[in-house]
Amino acid sequence: MEQYKEVSNFFRNYKKDNIIQIRWHGRGGQGAVTSAKILAVAGFLSGYKGVTSAPFFGAERRGAPVIATTKLSKDVICDFSQIDSPDIVVILDNTLLKSINITQGLKPNGWVILNTPPQFEYDFLHNHFNFIRVNATQIAEEAGLVYAGIPLVNTPMLGTFLHVLPNIDFSHIHRALEQFFSPKAVSKNFDVISRVYKECIVEKSETHFQELQQS
Amino acid sequence: MTVLNNEKTISIYNNSSNPKAYPPGKHVLTGNQSAAIGAFLCGVQVIAAYPITPQSPVVEELSKFVEDGELSAEFVPVESEHSAMGVCIGASIAGARVFTATSANGLAYMCEQLHWASGSRLPIVMGCVNRAMAAPWSVLNDQQDSMSQRDAGWIQLFCRDNQEIIDTVIQAYRIAEKVYLPVMVCYDGYILSHTVMPLEVPDENKVKKFLPPYIPHTPIDINNPVNINPVTLGEPRYNANGVLCHGYMEHKYLHHKALRDSLNIIEEVDSEYKDTFGRSAGGLFSLYKTDDAEVVIVCAGSLSKMNILVVDMLREQNIPIGLVSLRSYRPFPNQKLSAALKNKKLILTIDKSLSYGYQGPICIDVKSCLFEAGISSIVISFIAGLGGRDIKPYEIAETAYDYWNKFLNNELNSENIYESQWINCKY
Repeated sequence: MEQYKEVSNFFRNYKKDNIIQIRWHGRGGQGAVTSAKILAVAGFLSGYKGVTSAPFFGAERRGAPVIATTKLSKDVICDFSQIDSPDIVVILDNTLLKSINITQGLKPNGWVILNTPPQFEYDFLHNHFNFIRVNATQIAEEAGLVYAGIPLVNTPMLGTFLHVLPNIDFSHIHRALEQFFSPKAVSKNFDVISRVYKECIVEKSETHFQELQQS
Repeated sequence: MTVLNNEKTISIYNNSSNPKAYPPGKHVLTGNQSAAIGAFLCGVQVIAAYPITPQSPVVEELSKFVEDGELSAEFVPVESEHSAMGVCIGASIAGARVFTATSANGLAYMCEQLHWASGSRLPIVMGCVNRAMAAPWSVLNDQQDSMSQRDAGWIQLFCRDNQEIIDTVIQAYRIAEKVYLPVMVCYDGYILSHTVMPLEVPDENKVKKFLPPYIPHTPIDINNPVNINPVTLGEPRYNANGVLCHGYMEHKYLHHKALRDSLNIIEEVDSEYKDTFGRSAGGLFSLYKTDDAEVVIVCAGSLSKMNILVVDMLREQNIPIGLVSLRSYRPFPNQKLSAALKNKKLILTIDKSLSYGYQGPICIDVKSCLFEAGISSIVISFIAGLGGRDIKPYEIAETAYDYWNKFLNNELNSENIYESQWINCKY
């Protein structure tokens, strides 16, 4: 029985660190699925041989909590199963913190990337995880990245990843955006992404930052 | 006799190039995009489809190609899947290369027309984006839909990843137009259809060379109207022109023979594809680490890609395991498959569907092909991933590890042999 437990753990952890797993939380209509895809394309352009991105398979409605995922790996990805222990979670809407456990399964030194107005404190996230916060809604609004009266926050959050995934740089993000949007929209999105990169507040623990760099 | 639309076939080939957004080379795309681009590159002339989750993006993409003027095809919006296949049948008889796609209950609604298409020996290619059958209502993945249409007389090919989808769509036209049979290109809903991954989009010029224009077996002529598929009696009889025509049974014999003969064609086309494009899409089935294996997993679709990882982890635990990824489910490669499974002690089949009241369809066929070859390995039927239940690599690994040890210790009981084993069922 003891031996079986050991084997079972071996299976559960097999090559687990070969894939950087990213989980996106948003609300239906905020574009979490699209930005998860753009990140996969940017990751591929930066040299990750295996990338996948998928919506969490379910019935989506506008405003309801939505999950999308991105996986990045040096090797071809064979594991198509859902993400259960992410390295990074991205939250497009801070009101989601009230209704769902966004850190579920998050690795001990994982990253939480949160779009939030500045007045809130997040002691729990600070104390337990690497933490990036940014008011992407305000930046998008100021830059005029607005659709149907609502600031777009999905693509802006891509700017934060440049602090977390050193392989990916601005040129990869730019080329990835070109595959999804018109030239005009690309430049608008890119401006906001650059501002988010500069204005976000990064509180990282050096150990995990290095781990991600290596994998 | 003139062939309607033949001119159009040739002119399309002269004018086309890759879609603007998808030039030859590496792209990161969903399975649905992959299928749509595959159809584009084959220069399809008629597309008729009714939207259903998770198939919808395939036809959305194709309708965009048509609307943007990139693909000079007739896009026929229809009121149901039954009509979609009806349009495809008419267009294919008229000499057009046609494409459609559907899922689950849409495929079931098409059922009657599926038999018309295959019985008429029409080389229609259809994407079947595998989804669970209702009831209860589900939009998520398993393979019950295509397995339920196993006996509709179509060729059924399963894809492991998004690269194989585009490659299989292109190969499907080549196979279909050679043997005059429709081909269902089956790929897992969401797991492939909605998941992006890197793949190589082939060059349209190469596809053009690989895939000659479609020539219908019975050209129709507006000046010489004929009745196609008239009532056919049991015995052969003379037609109005005094020609002795097949009875129903002869037609069906030829239909079946064409399917059996297509086993060779599927292999040939895949190997020629490999020569042209540098990669295989899996032939009839593909083998992974089976040479020295004593226990083998057999499955189809995206699960067989994931099981590569499972085999690797079990090998590191010194389990002599291998993997057979079944690509051609109909025709079933019984002779070659049983040869590949010879000398294997234990075979674990994993189905994402059921022949309700017995076992998994793949399991049943594997057992049957082993029996006819005189191989008496133990075969165990596993059922997994129904209705979108997530399958983790470690779950399959634990199951295989467990059953291999049971086998070694003579602990397999009749319950294990006679009944399907359900992986991660919480009942």
